[in-house]
Amino acid sequence: MRGRGRRLKTASDRRTVGRSDRKGKVLLLELAHARSGDKGDTANVGLIARKPQYYLHLVKHVTAARVARHFKGLISGPVERFELPNLNALNFLLHGALDGGGTISLKTDAQGKVFSTALLRMLVEAPR
Amino acid sequence: MTQPVRVAAGQGFWGDWLEAPVRQVSGGPVDYLMMDYLAEVTMSIMQKQKSRDPRLGYAKDFVPLMERMLPILAERGIKVTTNAGGVNPRACAEAVAAAGRSLGLAGKLTIGVVSGDDLLGRLDELLARGHGMKNLDTGRPLEDVRDRVQSANAYLGAGPVVEALRRGASIVITGRVTDTGLTLGPLMHAFGWRDDAWDLLAAGTVAGHTIECGAQCSGGNCLVDWERIPDLANVGYPIVEAYPDGSFDVTKHPGTGGRVTVAGVSEQLVYEMGDPREYITPDCVADFTTIRLEQVGKDRVHFAGIKGRAATDKLKVSIAYAYGYKAVGTLVYAWPDAYAKARRADEVLRQRLANLGLQFEAIVTEFVGVDATHGRLATADGVSPDLPEVQLRVGVRARELAPVDRFTRELAPLILNGPPSVTGFAGGRPKPEEIVAYWPALIDKREVQPCVDVVAV
Repeated sequence: MRGRGRRLKTASDRRTVGRSDRKGKVLLLELAHARSGDKGDTANVGLIARKPQYYLHLVKHVTAARVARHFKGLISGPVERFELPNLNALNFLLHGALDGGGTISLKTDAQGKVFSTALLRMLVEAPR
Repeated sequence: MTQPVRVAAGQGFWGDWLEAPVRQVSGGPVDYLMMDYLAEVTMSIMQKQKSRDPRLGYAKDFVPLMERMLPILAERGIKVTTNAGGVNPRACAEAVAAAGRSLGLAGKLTIGVVSGDDLLGRLDELLARGHGMKNLDTGRPLEDVRDRVQSANAYLGAGPVVEALRRGASIVITGRVTDTGLTLGPLMHAFGWRDDAWDLLAAGTVAGHTIECGAQCSGGNCLVDWERIPDLANVGYPIVEAYPDGSFDVTKHPGTGGRVTVAGVSEQLVYEMGDPREYITPDCVADFTTIRLEQVGKDRVHFAGIKGRAATDKLKVSIAYAYGYKAVGTLVYAWPDAYAKARRADEVLRQRLANLGLQFEAIVTEFVGVDATHGRLATADGVSPDLPEVQLRVGVRARELAPVDRFTRELAPLILNGPPSVTGFAGGRPKPEEIVAYWPALIDKREVQPCVDVVAV
């Protein structure tokens, strides 16, 4: 045991994102990892549970409606969700996310590469 | 167990690491080297190059790369499948053949050329016969942009790649063949898979999807546990080791960096995913919810259980057309109050653009270091007045060149007549860029006849 009884801070403790209103919640980043990409003006975010036992928790709490609220103002279209229980993963399609997409877009993230970590900023109920 | 067939990924896109394919063919046993070069608008760039010079229109740096590898490919009997041919696979093949002859490999190489994907010259005829090629995203008819179309290519599947291999090609150079077809083709050829063995074709398609982005499944751009992924400087690109029953392992050469794990491979599987039950290719419809993954060794993930369904009777067509113009410019503001200064500069700039009466389809402002990638999600907890610096990044888009060009002259003046503590303009005035936009459509399969030529060098 290092640190002589003093608990070493984890990366998650050091992170300040959402700290003020965590209250029984955790950053989705603690429960899942993700990768995103583009198809036209749609960004996809594949969300993968860090542990198999988190998968059903994600199915319950990371709904399409909640993801749509999370990205409100950042995307102009609806959100679709697909389940991949075999990979402990959910796939989200965020329509109207890329300012026209591909070559038209003026955004730094014209290809939606970091919508993945934008989703992981979400605060969700801590699993028991 | 029988010997697997090994397909190694060498390039995940045009511009990927030049060392990767060389290391793939020299670092251990492989049977096929697969190299993907084409993105959605790459074809229009190549079409332009070809219109200027009929000997161009393919991924030019593929040729010196092959020059480096041809001796070892010939010595080890490794075959190559690649869509580096772009809109001119024949010219690409001729350049590779010339390189082979100059290396004294005449008589030792056979090149297969796959074409027939290029529909640019047939568009009016196809439209006249009622093939609307409506935009899959917007539903608009192609007539909307017909006079501005710069390239139109159907996505071919693995079929013509298989035929080229069957006729003895050791290097298969294609136009717009799907990324996955470049991996599926060798497996169909090696195992004699029929073109209606849907589960097997789906398995080969999943194998192709997994490795088509190169190191993105073997430790590159991998979020999970990223700090502990070893030796990315020496990252190993992925290799599929496939068996006749459609099961396969994804692994990499021993002694290379990176990592192949279930978690990392899963990230790649969901990359650019739509409906996971319907991954549609020209060859089949693969169901990604049937994939079973298992870590069967260090840097080795086993895939099994993959199911597929019959292919559709359509092919996707990738059409590129001239859309308009855009320009993006940046300035950097320093502490103190870097963000506030950058915001003020943006207000001043926008007011000047409005005063000039310039009309844009869009003006997008981002503050790099604050909100450029995550928007308001990144500023929910406020923005520190003590950020060391913030980059103001402003982009404009218009159908006409004139307003975009005028915009590019409005940034530099802000250095002396806008908010203080500004720098980072050494690159000079931003350049207006022509926007070539993407028009996805479908066409009946019967309208597209793949063409395969096999020539001995």
